[in-house]
Amino acid sequence: MRRPAATFLLHLVLLVGAAAALAPLVWMVSASLMPTGEANSFPPRFFPSRATLLHYRELFTRLNLGRAFASSFIVATATTLVSLLFNSMAGYAFAKLRFPGRDRLFGGLLAAMVIPAPIAMLPLFLLLRSLGLVNSYAGVVLPAAATILGVFLIRQFARGIPDDFIDAARLEGAGELQIYRKIVLPLLRPVLTTLGVVTFLATWNDFIWPLIVLTDERRYTLPVALASLVGEHVQDTELMMAGSVLTVMPVLLLFLGLQKQYIEGITLGGVKE
Amino acid sequence: MARLGAQLAAAAGLLLALACADAREDRVTVRLWGLGREGEVVRDLVPEFERENPGVHLVVQQIPWTSAHEKLLTAFVGRATPDLAQLGNTWIPEFAGIGALEPLDEILSRSASVSSRGFFRGVWETSLYDGAVYGVPWYVDTRVLFYRPDLLARAGFPEAPRTWSGWLDAMRKVKRLQPSFGHPILLPTNEWEQPAILGLQRGSPLLAEDGTRGAFSGPEFRAAAEFYVGVFREGLAPIVSYSQLGNAYQEFARGNIAMWMTGPWNLGEFRRRLSAAEQALWMTAPLPAPDGSPWPGVSFSGGSSLAVFRGSKHKTEAWKVIEFLSKPAVQARFYALTGDLPASRAAWDDPSLAGDPKARAFRTQVESVAAMPRVPEWEQIAQHMAERLEPAIRGRESLPETLAAIDRDVGRMLEKRRWMLSRRPGEKSGR
Amino acid sequence: MAADRAPIPSEVRAAAIFLAPGLLVIGLFFLLPIGASVLLSLTDFDIYALGDSGNVRLVGLRNFTRLVQDPLFWISMRNTFYFVFVGGPLTLGVALGAALLLTSRLARWKGLFRTIFFAPYVTTLVAVAIVFRYLYHPRFGGLNRVLDFLGISPIDWLGDPRWAMPAIILLAVWKNFGYAMILFIAGLQAIPESLYEAARLDGAGSLQVFRKITLPMLAPTLLFLGIMTTIGYFQFFAEPYVMTGGGGPLNATLSTGLLMYKQGFRWWNMGYAATIAVVLGLVIFAFSALQFRIERRRNA
Repeated sequence: MRRPAATFLLHLVLLVGAAAALAPLVWMVSASLMPTGEANSFPPRFFPSRATLLHYRELFTRLNLGRAFASSFIVATATTLVSLLFNSMAGYAFAKLRFPGRDRLFGGLLAAMVIPAPIAMLPLFLLLRSLGLVNSYAGVVLPAAATILGVFLIRQFARGIPDDFIDAARLEGAGELQIYRKIVLPLLRPVLTTLGVVTFLATWNDFIWPLIVLTDERRYTLPVALASLVGEHVQDTELMMAGSVLTVMPVLLLFLGLQKQYIEGITLGGVKE
Repeated sequence: MARLGAQLAAAAGLLLALACADAREDRVTVRLWGLGREGEVVRDLVPEFERENPGVHLVVQQIPWTSAHEKLLTAFVGRATPDLAQLGNTWIPEFAGIGALEPLDEILSRSASVSSRGFFRGVWETSLYDGAVYGVPWYVDTRVLFYRPDLLARAGFPEAPRTWSGWLDAMRKVKRLQPSFGHPILLPTNEWEQPAILGLQRGSPLLAEDGTRGAFSGPEFRAAAEFYVGVFREGLAPIVSYSQLGNAYQEFARGNIAMWMTGPWNLGEFRRRLSAAEQALWMTAPLPAPDGSPWPGVSFSGGSSLAVFRGSKHKTEAWKVIEFLSKPAVQARFYALTGDLPASRAAWDDPSLAGDPKARAFRTQVESVAAMPRVPEWEQIAQHMAERLEPAIRGRESLPETLAAIDRDVGRMLEKRRWMLSRRPGEKSGR
Repeated sequence: MAADRAPIPSEVRAAAIFLAPGLLVIGLFFLLPIGASVLLSLTDFDIYALGDSGNVRLVGLRNFTRLVQDPLFWISMRNTFYFVFVGGPLTLGVALGAALLLTSRLARWKGLFRTIFFAPYVTTLVAVAIVFRYLYHPRFGGLNRVLDFLGISPIDWLGDPRWAMPAIILLAVWKNFGYAMILFIAGLQAIPESLYEAARLDGAGSLQVFRKITLPMLAPTLLFLGIMTTIGYFQFFAEPYVMTGGGGPLNATLSTGLLMYKQGFRWWNMGYAATIAVVLGLVIFAFSALQFRIERRRNA
């Protein structure tokens, strides 16, 4: 059944929506290429009169944003790898290993998920301080090395692994760790991939905690470096836009490349069993 | 099992290595935190310092002013302070009071080049707390009036105004010359320095009873606040915080701002950001005084000092940096790069400073300065005062109500200080 | 689940090893600090105490009474509630609308639009908050240019106390609706086509279909998103921090999260900040529980 009017209207709304969704990002790129001062002109311009890479050059030379880029990469990668390991171990244990108090412990953890993280921030900072971990990458990575949500997601997925596989391996005399490595981990690959992508992106974008923990500018991750730049260079619109582009581009590209896994990952967490 | 354990150990080792990623050097590495523009510029002086001190490697980190206070405190709490840092000298009581800074009396007495006599007295005192020296003044900050001589001349003021009433008159007349979105004067609402200075000019002590109560609802501050708030209410200043402004320098050049009460770093900024042709558009003058008071009106004795942190492991080398930056020749060069005024008296005789007409206003002003109350809570109090004035500025609250509220809040903020003073009667006060 | 089998010692030992790293991290870096926060809220731990631990006093509930008397706290609560109860439904509404459009049989290029609508969610908040800050500039910002095109006079988005919060809400909706949209699409796609066919055969109009079939079938998704959005939005702090610095014009954008950050990490009034954190946590918990209760009563 063709309904031309409704179809046209629907696509018109979609197009307007898409324009609204994309416009700020397009302007961000456009302004980063404008000559100095042009982004602050009246009436406001959308496209540069002539494109220049001057601000990007300045970001990498005078302002050393390349270092922040590297920091973000190190922190995001380390957090993702460690948290995948810790979360998957715990998630598998809750799903497939039998031990007294298992379900009560898991329920307790679930209840704790409702508690908002900011409550923990202050004492956590004081704790890191007594451990000497302030201003270190470890101070950023360790608190995120395991999350209740991550354990939950893996546990949900792991419950789908047939018990027979595991029991058969046990009967053959395989140790628990061997079973985990040789059987469980490969089967968990889909959820590990999605959780990995989700974790990487979330860590890359994380702002509050690195802001608090990292005092040395050489260790700043991109969002923190960017916020620090705003403090000093709020006047330099084009420069700030270049910094934003640099921060956003990697995650956007990663997302575009791994869309399917990322979207699967978040639906996994949201749709009820 | 063993392999997994080994892998975990390797991962942990990698993390640990990343955490302690400081390169091993045979030179001593000294870390200095510079703030704002000074932080950017002092990097240019590093090669010269390292030439004169071959065993020391100086690493400068730049921190924006807007987050500097926060970052310094966080670093102290997190036990991650640098060796030395630039501190706004209104912060010295706070950082000394919490035990973050190293007293410098002993190292001063042994120093050949740095002594208290080389500095303006009012400036040297800002680095004292509780009877000890906690910093060496680096540069002097005081606020003067930057203005557009052409716009003021057209408004009938061939010279900058010298009294409050003249000032107000100039503002009103300039307003008529500007487009509707222009304003005669820029007073960023988030900056506490302006209302505090006006308060000092009217003779307000700002804090009372040995720095344990607010004096903001007293008659002197009230008179100053009426003037300050009145300027906004008449539409003579835009109700914006500094970050909302966009590019203040551009606006000044375009004539949308004709006057700005700000400090010496802007000597360098105006020179850097405006074109050669636009340099004739700006001039400086000492502050106007309240009617009946001698000119110039009092300004505040600000600026930055260099302080060494108690947690530093290289205090001797850090002191060498201070000695270097206090040399009159280096101070003069620093002035040339930033426009910041040297704290060392000798540097003022340098021709680059003595012959600069735009710096003359500062030379005059620096003889009429007063210090802010020297209590550790001052930064918190001052920022709160500026924030709390906003409803009065916008006409949502009467000024007496606002000032009474400020004093109530300040009283609460100082409660801990009152308790501590009552416990240790020997503790010296702020004023 | 073979829960009837008795635990084997080797399995229990293995479980302990597997759980150890994760639980240690969660316990040490999450649960312990939460308990400590409650303790901290009963003291006047501040910067003096950091210098000398003898400067701490146990003050019982005095921080709480002080909080209740603090006008800034109530302003921040008002702003936070504004954000949650206007921004939340707006985000979910836009998301649901987009999901409905994208699951319509008339729509083409669904994948492309879905990607475009989701892109904002993936971006770094700090980066886009900065972009929006410039777009909101009264004279040089793109948004006022668009308004001008539509014949509306310019608005001082971040400087006017009436418009500062709407400006931040707009940013939040733009950034977050993609996530909810994806979940709604999954939920919508799970509704069996047979239900719709039966309704159409009965002569039901589209509005009725929406109310009687679509919404009820989406109830679990709505509940989940409702709670997640509520929890997330109650804590919001990065948007005002980056866009308006202190607390915005007349503190119109001061959120409780931002107030806690300022008291805790700017002024190091840690006892007081912990109090704010505890109160905020209780409020969030209360509203999450309330949503659960409402949903359960509706299903009963």
